[in-house]
Amino acid sequence: MEESKSRHALALSALLLALFLGGWQLAISGGGGPVPDMDPEYAALMGDIAKGGSALPSPLDVAKEMWRHISDPFYDKGPNDKGIGIQLAYSLTRVLIGFLIATLVAIPLGFLIGMSPLFYRALDPFIQILKPISPLAWMPLALYTIKDSDISSVFVIFICSIWPMLMNTAFGVASVRRDWLNVAKTLEVGRLRTAFRVILPAAAPTIMTGMRIALAIAWLVIVAAEMLVGGTGVGYFVWNEWNNLSITNIICAILFIGLVGMALDQALHGLSKLVTYTE
Amino acid sequence: MPSPFTDPFDPQRALTSGCTCGQHESQRQHDDALESDAVLRKAESAGTGFGDSLRAEDSAGDEDLIGRTVESAVMRAIFPDDIKRRAFLGAVGATTAAAAIAAVFPLGAAKALAAEKTGPLEKTKLKIGFVPITCATPIIMAHPMGFYRKYGLDVDIIKTAGWAVSRDKSLSGEYDAAHMLTPMPLAITLGVGSPTVPWTMPAVENINGQAITLHKKHKDKRDPRQWKGMKFAVPFDYSMHNFLLRYYVAEHGLDPDRDIQIRVLPPPEMVANLRAENVDGYLAPDPFNQRAVYDGIGFIHLLTKDIWDGHPCCAFAASKQFVTENPNTFLALFKAIIDATAYSSNKENRKEVAKAISPRNYLNQPETVVRQVLTGTFADGLGNIRRVPDRIDFSPFPWHSMAVWILTQMKRWGYIKGDIDYRKVAEEVFLATGAKKVMAEMGLDAPNETYQSYTIMGKTFDPAKAEAYVKSFAITRAS
Repeated sequence: MEESKSRHALALSALLLALFLGGWQLAISGGGGPVPDMDPEYAALMGDIAKGGSALPSPLDVAKEMWRHISDPFYDKGPNDKGIGIQLAYSLTRVLIGFLIATLVAIPLGFLIGMSPLFYRALDPFIQILKPISPLAWMPLALYTIKDSDISSVFVIFICSIWPMLMNTAFGVASVRRDWLNVAKTLEVGRLRTAFRVILPAAAPTIMTGMRIALAIAWLVIVAAEMLVGGTGVGYFVWNEWNNLSITNIICAILFIGLVGMALDQALHGLSKLVTYTE
Repeated sequence: MPSPFTDPFDPQRALTSGCTCGQHESQRQHDDALESDAVLRKAESAGTGFGDSLRAEDSAGDEDLIGRTVESAVMRAIFPDDIKRRAFLGAVGATTAAAAIAAVFPLGAAKALAAEKTGPLEKTKLKIGFVPITCATPIIMAHPMGFYRKYGLDVDIIKTAGWAVSRDKSLSGEYDAAHMLTPMPLAITLGVGSPTVPWTMPAVENINGQAITLHKKHKDKRDPRQWKGMKFAVPFDYSMHNFLLRYYVAEHGLDPDRDIQIRVLPPPEMVANLRAENVDGYLAPDPFNQRAVYDGIGFIHLLTKDIWDGHPCCAFAASKQFVTENPNTFLALFKAIIDATAYSSNKENRKEVAKAISPRNYLNQPETVVRQVLTGTFADGLGNIRRVPDRIDFSPFPWHSMAVWILTQMKRWGYIKGDIDYRKVAEEVFLATGAKKVMAEMGLDAPNETYQSYTIMGKTFDPAKAEAYVKSFAITRAS
């Protein structure tokens, strides 16, 4: 029963994809024909779009370009032209460093906030103000003060991914069932031991959810940050192709960004399975 | 403006050298050179930074000069008869002659051998930032075409998303030197829109080469008086683009702050914004004017050379700190840039340069677009092919008068307030004296003065009367 259901879902996914690609192809071919009466010498100086070509590539164009990127992902032709694999690796490194630092700060701090109502109230206004700030608003400040564009991008990742983890950790810790804490108290378990043996496992699923949200945000942010700062990374790749108005490459980059984002999420999903429990 | 770059393959060149050492065209120039040498030596003993840096590599000899000497020696060896050599050059043209000789004689190797000596460089690995536009041609093409390598430098040129980022990365020291807009070193030195850091501008990159592009739907609005309420983009506040657009509309009676809207957009984002009709037009660097035409989005309304023929645009800039701490490296870099500028200036090289700078590593544009900009044979977006060979030119000399004009416009539009010593700031930032010395050393013609007057849309600018010039405008923010 379970198997046939997933088979049905797969078939439906494939159907939706086929419909989408078909619609795309149809929309492209609907474009106007060649512009008549263009002087050939003048036409030689103009691009395809001005000559009546479609502004959007066909699915086949994108597939071809994707294949070109996948078949040679690690070429390095100088500082401004590297393969998509290298660009993704740059972005991933930045995201993971920023995310790791955010985790190291957010989880202990979240614990503290969750365990102490006083801290919770004292820090709450700061968190509420800092949480909704767009990552890109931090960028000029970071560039100016840190004076290094690489560290600035990592800082922006850090500052944006810390809030969901902090909130979720605090919430998870605060909402551990009273009964369990009371049992621990009755058994005269030390505070530290209670934290590690009772609260941490109990709050772990909530913390993991916070981490998943944070990682997704970090991956969203890095593309924007790299578009702003340039140099390396998949965000720079998008910007560089925007510069060239190459929609084909931008679509490729969108697909790559989506695939990597999904892989990151699946990895954390796998991890969170390890810590879930049923009451 | 005649090119300042003399050429050993020029069939019109004087046959005899008129001075005692044989390197100068007349005895007077020879004496002048000796005198400026003495002045610099004095500056050196006084310990001024730039004098030092300019002196340092003098004795090591200049590669370019050596290169030309070798070429000329080879030419003379093949055609010992002056008259015949000249007839040959005149008949086949200099490029063909050079190519023909290179085919039978390893010119490159001979040049490299002769130029082996170089001064000790403090730093050979450098990072230079650039914004991907054709104004940066010399800075960019020096990389694929080996001009940095020729002067012993291992340069990474890093593409930058816009001038705000470029300024911040330069201020933070991430870039050793950068492609900037001519007003930027002035603004940074004055601390306008930036922390106050002494900056220098050793060389201008390009003159002319910008344009006003409008969206196709404004085809009938060719008179700026019809532009009321339209939205325009410029690449940066402290840019020639901003000042020229303001000047242009103001001369047509529009107040650039009230009658139109001017917003800052990084050049690479301009075409996309024009397509989305987010802006009605822009005064922007190429290739984005030509790119809008190429994609059938807009048309070229006016080349900026028709506002002010010979106006400066982009510059090669570095912090004063970099120049004083790394005099030899700076000099080598400066020479590489001047050499690359000379090469780019030669119209015969333009197609080759367009090919070199179009790939993804540099401009990332279709070669057709870049070629149209650099050769000046281009489609204007209205169905005409225009032929303007000096649509863009490259000339390194940083005229002090250009700086003064920029400062007058900054004052006019309220970017700087209060009294300002135009000449002092200009002379501090634009290193014209140094440029003159190095250019002369490299066998290029440098002007004797550093100030000249300009005629901009029929109005004369005299750098000696800067304050009166600011006050002479009807539309102004200066009080």
